[in-house]
Amino acid sequence: MDSTVVSTGTEGKTWGGGNKPLKASYGKLMMWFFIVSDALTFSGFLAAYGFSRFKFIKEWPIADEVFTHVPFLHGQELPMIYVAFMTFILIMSSVTMVLAVDAGHHMNKAKVTLYMFLTIIGGAIFVGSQAWEWATFIQGDYGAVQTKGGNILQFGENVTVDGVEKFKRISIDEFAIAQTSERAQHDRSSGLWFVTEESLPPYTVGEIYKGLEANDNILVRTQIINENGEKTVLSREESLKQIKENGKLVVKGANLVVNEYGTSLFADFFFFITGFHGFHVFSGVVINIIIFFNVILGTYERRGSYEMVEKVGLYWHFVDLVWVFVFTFFYLV
Amino acid sequence: MAHEHKLEIFRGLLKFKSNTSKIWGVLVFLTIVTAVEVVLGIYKPESLMEPWMTPFEGGFFATIMNIIFSFFIYMKPLNLIFIVLTIVKAYYITWDFMHMRDETKALRRMVVWTGVFLICYLIFILLQEGGYVFEVYNSDDALIKRDF
Repeated sequence: MDSTVVSTGTEGKTWGGGNKPLKASYGKLMMWFFIVSDALTFSGFLAAYGFSRFKFIKEWPIADEVFTHVPFLHGQELPMIYVAFMTFILIMSSVTMVLAVDAGHHMNKAKVTLYMFLTIIGGAIFVGSQAWEWATFIQGDYGAVQTKGGNILQFGENVTVDGVEKFKRISIDEFAIAQTSERAQHDRSSGLWFVTEESLPPYTVGEIYKGLEANDNILVRTQIINENGEKTVLSREESLKQIKENGKLVVKGANLVVNEYGTSLFADFFFFITGFHGFHVFSGVVINIIIFFNVILGTYERRGSYEMVEKVGLYWHFVDLVWVFVFTFFYLV
Repeated sequence: MAHEHKLEIFRGLLKFKSNTSKIWGVLVFLTIVTAVEVVLGIYKPESLMEPWMTPFEGGFFATIMNIIFSFFIYMKPLNLIFIVLTIVKAYYITWDFMHMRDETKALRRMVVWTGVFLICYLIFILLQEGGYVFEVYNSDDALIKRDF
């Protein structure tokens, strides 16, 4: 019996099949499609960040005042420096990755191995730096008081540096006056066994108020941004009044519920977006390690093509690409 | 395996001899752009902190003009510069590191146009809504009080 398949008359024509209009392999094409969808996920997050920021445009924390720390340079205020270093590390590891891809095109196993190794090191340094950044952010530095309305009040004094009057932050540790307090932390052994309490803040609002009363130079700064692009500093009387009437909770550092830098959404988005990006970097490093061992074992040498290196390279560059945007919208704008 | 790379950047202004030297060239360019961003971010020149244009007043055409020039009317020039430089960096990462320059036109458009269109749309609706919520919170007859 003859085959039932009849000739369609389109063999060798555009719709006859077997064409590769995009001139890219299946794997690479799927990686590109994944990247498009992942880019939409990240832009969803960043646009949501923009939404919340527009919603609180008059009181959003100023990034330069939040991310000022650099490892080993304790106590100095150096905004942007550390995050610029992180950005450079990630771009550099992108370069070694693309060099590995290029060496793969020339079937040069030794060079692919070296460059893959450098890429993994770069990724590891970046993830480590981000962990440090998180730790510093969670730790906090000056501390603040949260009001009943959820606003953040910070402390500082006006000092004159080089003839210019500036507002210099003061840590709550420096002026709070300890008092005897009957407030005990609730634990399982002394109450309901299924209820525990988070650790108590370092001071009570009363202790902060006493310290504020005792030091004439200390003023309160609200989170409202004035027309000069700076946070509003209250007068002495207003400062005392605010803490006495509205102060509710002493805050040090940041978590998902409250943070000393301002609007709680700021910390939420910081943890969520840099966390999601850091997770991408971490998984990128893991995938790179797998490919690295495959290169060493000669898998791609035998296969006759280093296209796998190219595919993970696309993913790795995408992670770098996302960081470029996170850097802009979290630290610069 | 023959891998043809296009070896010129800046529309042919700068031509490289090999793919490797092009990669290093792009790295130098990206580093310079990042350095400019960091320096601007630290010093924040006064002249770039005020929008370049004030909103047009008047009827329908003023509104149209406000929409057309919205980037210059409602944004600080510094932020505008940051965003433009970011897009420039994204372009060179995609085109030269991810080798988008060497892909076919169809693949390039499938990826870039789809992404850019959807992202622009998303940003537009969310920022518009964010500005509206700000108005609800802060207009003179706002019913929500948060200053306590």
